[in-house]
Amino acid sequence: MRAQLLLGDEAIAQAGIDAGMSGIYAYPGTPSTEITEYVISSGEAHDKGIVATWCANEKTAAEAALGMSYAGKRVMTCMKHVGLNVAADPFINSALTGANGGILFVVADDPSMHSSQNEQDSRFFGKFAMIPVLEPSNQQEAYDMVFTGFELSEKYQVPVMIRITTRLAHSRAGVVRQPSLPPNNLKLPENLKQFILLPALARKKYQALLEMQDAFCRESEESRYCSFSQADDHSLGVIACGLAYNYLMENFPDRNPPFPVLKICQYPAPAGLISHIYNTCDRLLVLEEGYPLLEELLKGMLDKGKPVHGRLDGSIPRAGELNPNIVGKALGLQEDPLTPVPPLVVPRPPSLCKGCPHIDSFLGLNEILEQHGKGRVFSDIGCYTLGALQPYDAINSCVDMGASVTMAKGAADAGLKPVIAVIGDSTFTHSGITGLLDAVNDQSNITVIILDNATTAMTGGQPSAAMNHLEDICKGVGVEESHIRVIKPLHKLHEENTRILREEIDYEGVSVVIARRECIQTLNKRMREKFKNKASKTA
Amino acid sequence: MKKDIILAGVGGQGILSIAAIIGYAAIESGLFLKQAEVHGMSQRGGDVQSHLRLSAEPIASDLIPYGKADLIISVEPMESLRYLPYLGAKGWLVTSTKPFVNIPNYPDTDLLLATIKGLPRSVALDAEDMAAAAGTVKAANMVILGAALPFLGFPVEKMKNAIQAVFGKKGEETVKINIAALLAGLNFSNQTLNQHI
Repeated sequence: MRAQLLLGDEAIAQAGIDAGMSGIYAYPGTPSTEITEYVISSGEAHDKGIVATWCANEKTAAEAALGMSYAGKRVMTCMKHVGLNVAADPFINSALTGANGGILFVVADDPSMHSSQNEQDSRFFGKFAMIPVLEPSNQQEAYDMVFTGFELSEKYQVPVMIRITTRLAHSRAGVVRQPSLPPNNLKLPENLKQFILLPALARKKYQALLEMQDAFCRESEESRYCSFSQADDHSLGVIACGLAYNYLMENFPDRNPPFPVLKICQYPAPAGLISHIYNTCDRLLVLEEGYPLLEELLKGMLDKGKPVHGRLDGSIPRAGELNPNIVGKALGLQEDPLTPVPPLVVPRPPSLCKGCPHIDSFLGLNEILEQHGKGRVFSDIGCYTLGALQPYDAINSCVDMGASVTMAKGAADAGLKPVIAVIGDSTFTHSGITGLLDAVNDQSNITVIILDNATTAMTGGQPSAAMNHLEDICKGVGVEESHIRVIKPLHKLHEENTRILREEIDYEGVSVVIARRECIQTLNKRMREKFKNKASKTA
Repeated sequence: MKKDIILAGVGGQGILSIAAIIGYAAIESGLFLKQAEVHGMSQRGGDVQSHLRLSAEPIASDLIPYGKADLIISVEPMESLRYLPYLGAKGWLVTSTKPFVNIPNYPDTDLLLATIKGLPRSVALDAEDMAAAAGTVKAANMVILGAALPFLGFPVEKMKNAIQAVFGKKGEETVKINIAALLAGLNFSNQTLNQHI
């Protein structure tokens, strides 16, 4: 079959479609978004009746996926690394319930924090849950590993993680597809108590999981994604995980490093292969795109074995993603002198778009806060986090999805006054509602500004679960109706908007101001499509 | 055949369309390709780049090593200079001279253009003006692609086909304008190169 150009994300999505997947559940998050987006817009997936949908958050997505696995079908749930924190409860526990139909947790990490608030390495989560983890080194492996992942998941009845990083997620290369598989039939678990984690049952399930660990290790040992290549120079042995393998090879144009290389793309790490390279080489270099997971294990707390180089001894920077140059330097290879960046080049940080409704909201808020002083605005994850930058300098926190509302509550409970939470519509339905309920129950003195741009903007305009629900949700949670106000953030309405906002900030209790105006990007996109449709109709 | 190309610009300027067209031509020519893109936060008016690697042999890294790029193609003058450490000793820089100013401390334009002209191998052109002449300023990216064509090694017919394939669904008029923009850029570049010789 001819190679098809696909992003790493798209390769995983296409593989799901080809491997008999019946559903994919996700919440958008860079760099994982394009997986689900691809399936949603795939005609092939549509024809096959694959359920592809955005969920309220990663936890609801993972649980829906587990339900589909319960029903015997193959299913995928996709998220960014910090999304797995949100889905950690179903993720860890699903290792105990196990799978019926094959279930894949596809997690996209973001080393160097291109679009994230940390660079946590999800392989640790996989180890924590004690399930097999697949880490592709290229787009073709990303594709093939979906098939392998489903097979492993069904063979051992456990969930399997596929861990990718930004550079693979968002890099395109030729991928050759496999013949399409039919979906599984609907089939209940053989044991109808399989998914009941009552302590007495959970202990048994946990024991069974522990007993499978050797088999998982053997799978990695025999995996076609882990390979050992022999070479003459045994003064060094290199262990390269996932994408790091490519950066290693890039440094050797003939693709033949002079020393032994162990490529690891499946976990738990293949102990036999590792002990072989350890025993036959004088020292080791460990290349990992992420935290030093294997390096730490090899080195041990006492570091009394052979020298192990990597992120912990400074051979490689402790933080940030790898690249061919970092790896070349760690190998001691000579680097040509480089042309420096001319000093007149200045940083160009991202910024709110021209015409963005958040700009009007922040300008109004800043004006009101002049009388109270700075440091009272808790914010959240989304485009509006850019309100932290000049010229707005309008927010004081960005921690995790939904934390604006709950942190505002805590600060108000501590006595800070006034306290404002600024959260987007999609982030609010992701994780803000429960926090608002806490605030209502305690009558905390906070004002929640919901920036309702009718989309999940930062990740490219996916539909928002909050659409047409916000007032009802706030009312249902118990916010007094007279203190749920709606404004339209427009320059010409500035006076009226700041008056309403000021009234609610002055109100002692929980108030919500919904600043509602469509995202300028989705609006433009909609207008372009409308124009196009009109043009094609008249043509 | 092996070409390592850095595409540079500001989020929303259309560097991914350039990548898609070169990519199409590369695949049609039976080459291997890897192309790393920037998605997410930086697309909101920040600096964006794409590493585009073409080769007759399989490609290892998704990222181009420093000092190995054959070509920097930029739709914005300051952004063209941001990636100079990637440019190889014999590499060319092709850029639009039209600044995209969305930061308060944007450097002096004359100084910027003088820096670009001072490079040993560069082609700088006002792509927006030339695109406007071809039919729409939105085709500025195709003017730049045209100007980069002499360094890419693809015949012009192959690029026209690629434009047809990528822009075809937007209508014949769009294809026509984009091809005109491509040819305008190519023409400019050829004249500049003749002066070099």
